[in-house]
Amino acid sequence: MNPQFEHLYQALTKVDGYIYPNEIELSWSILIVLYPFITGLVAGAFILASLERVFNVKSLKPTYVIALLTAFAFMLVATMPLIFHLGQPLRFWEIMITPHLTSAMAIFGFVYLWYLMVVLLLEIWFDYRADMVVWSKEATGLKKWLYKIFSLGISDVSPESRRWDDKLGYIVTVIGIPSAFLLHGYVGFIFGSIKANPWWSTVMMPVIFLFSAMVSGIALVMLVFMIVNYIRKQKIDMLCLDTIAKYLFYIIIIDFTLESLDQIHRFYEAEESFEIISLLMSGKLFVTLLIFQVLIGMIIPVISLGTMQFYKPKEKIRQGIYLVTGILVLVGIFFMRWNVVIGGQLFSKSFYGFTSFKLALIGPEGFLMASIWLIIPFLILAFLLWLFPPWKKTQEEHVSVE
Amino acid sequence: MKVAKENQSRRSFLKNAGMSVGALLVTSALPPFNAILFAANKPKGKGIWYGIAIDIEKCIGCGNCAKTCKTENDVPPEPFFFRSWVEQYTIKNDGTIKVESPNGGIDGFTQSVPDGEIEKSFFVPKMCNHCAKSPCVQVCPVGATFESPEGVVLVDDTYCIGCRYCVQACPYGCRYIHPTKNVVDKCTLCYHRLKKGLNPACMENCPTKARISGDLNDPESEVSKFIKTKNVYVLKPHLNTGSKLYYNALNQEVR
Ligand code: SF4
Ligand code: SF4
Repeated sequence: MNPQFEHLYQALTKVDGYIYPNEIELSWSILIVLYPFITGLVAGAFILASLERVFNVKSLKPTYVIALLTAFAFMLVATMPLIFHLGQPLRFWEIMITPHLTSAMAIFGFVYLWYLMVVLLLEIWFDYRADMVVWSKEATGLKKWLYKIFSLGISDVSPESRRWDDKLGYIVTVIGIPSAFLLHGYVGFIFGSIKANPWWSTVMMPVIFLFSAMVSGIALVMLVFMIVNYIRKQKIDMLCLDTIAKYLFYIIIIDFTLESLDQIHRFYEAEESFEIISLLMSGKLFVTLLIFQVLIGMIIPVISLGTMQFYKPKEKIRQGIYLVTGILVLVGIFFMRWNVVIGGQLFSKSFYGFTSFKLALIGPEGFLMASIWLIIPFLILAFLLWLFPPWKKTQEEHVSVE
Repeated sequence: MKVAKENQSRRSFLKNAGMSVGALLVTSALPPFNAILFAANKPKGKGIWYGIAIDIEKCIGCGNCAKTCKTENDVPPEPFFFRSWVEQYTIKNDGTIKVESPNGGIDGFTQSVPDGEIEKSFFVPKMCNHCAKSPCVQVCPVGATFESPEGVVLVDDTYCIGCRYCVQACPYGCRYIHPTKNVVDKCTLCYHRLKKGLNPACMENCPTKARISGDLNDPESEVSKFIKTKNVYVLKPHLNTGSKLYYNALNQEVR
């Protein structure tokens, strides 16, 4: 037996009921789980940053730059799992030069570039330009040169020029909010528009993706904010932390409502695919859906964050609760992506049976590689925080533009 | 005076808003913004326009079509890759349905349900439906999957990036990733043979002539007559894929 097909022969023995013969192997595996997970973190972190800037939520100020840098670090990695899962990774550029416009996937490159280049990069640049000019005079060695290069030689630090930075940055943020919505709503559409798959095909998909993105992004920024403060041995601004937790609480509730609505609708209408989908939920997806996604990722966080809204224990305990809740939320949203992507491929499109999925340890689609794609953004973030420490920024307040 | 002015401006606001929305709708119908209208459009198809007809009453489940297809088109021999396969449906007395397709039916079938429990049993040969509003063509991000002018859905394997979006989009499970080429592969209706005036290999080798193909635009063709004279049905019609594979005597249980 050709060892290349060994796992397929094994999978063949685990088929339950009838599946089309081409359906044994899942087309999309862990890397495509990562793709919406990572883009979701980007969109969510950015939306949190925008809240502070556009809606003037003063208490969130300490997280503004951290949220932006987090979004940026994850954005740089967002396309990697996508490219590496392709059968022909070297042909990736064809999406950019000959996009086939009826495909939801075709415009990904443009949405991505728009968001990365026009929104994130510009916003961070306007925010840091004047600081970089100042730092380039104080720093030595590599840092000095990096600041010089990144400030693009625009060395004016007069209050007037700073006001302009701020104004332009504000405009970019305003453009950025719909862009973040577009980015992740669009990722949801990639799945939601597949009419062949009843588990994916729902108009709610983009909306659900959007709100779950906000949930995960806010949780991530909350964690990064706490960890950065622990590492720097600084006292955490509790007003800020409580405010993030409050937003997280509300957005989880909205997300939970939307997802429940989607499932209730599915059960109430009970279409042709209902039987196979209810088997899927009570069988193959039981642990990842009901335990990880719903219980760990939603119900427990809603209870713990909800309690914090009217009962405030000591700071240290509160921090502990936020830390654990943040991690649970991230785990929950990861499994939400898992349940969409993997779950949607476990049942046959004949609705007569199931195939199985086993995550390999090694290989490009294996567990280790997937973990690497999740670790790299944190390394990038650490580098960014080293190069652009938000706590050393001189300019404190955004000039009010209203 | 003031009131009149306000009305005036509200009206002009409504007018402007209406015009902008109208303009938006009109532009979204123009290329390249009409991308969302793919499945809502009428299929084109002038000149020769291929369709397929399969007569379930005639199929004896010998699996010749599936076997021939593998050799004709260099489909990998392992039982995970098929351009063409046969399913055996068995509806039992208690109403439960058993579907089987061991090795795509290439080695023939045995009945695993005892005779006494069978209400009815039949074979359903499956292959690409060469859909006229094909979801796979719709979703391919680079246009590697395309429809030939004759209505045959093909893949340019020098252009496919192997993203597998089309595999997800095909409701009938007709596509697979070729294990050595790392691009997607599917039935071409033996386009290489059609171009020479020959029949697809599976049809040529069907001993009972249960499957035929031909020009849907020619009312005198065998397919057109088949469709006209029999009660034909396509798979999953509610998905509006514009399937051009017409089955005679298709049971509603078949999916
Ligand atoms: S049957 Fe599947 S592969 Fe064939 S044209 Fe239709 S959607 Fe495409
Ligand atoms: S796998 Fe190939 S043919 Fe299919 S959608 Fe992707 S690029 Fe197109």
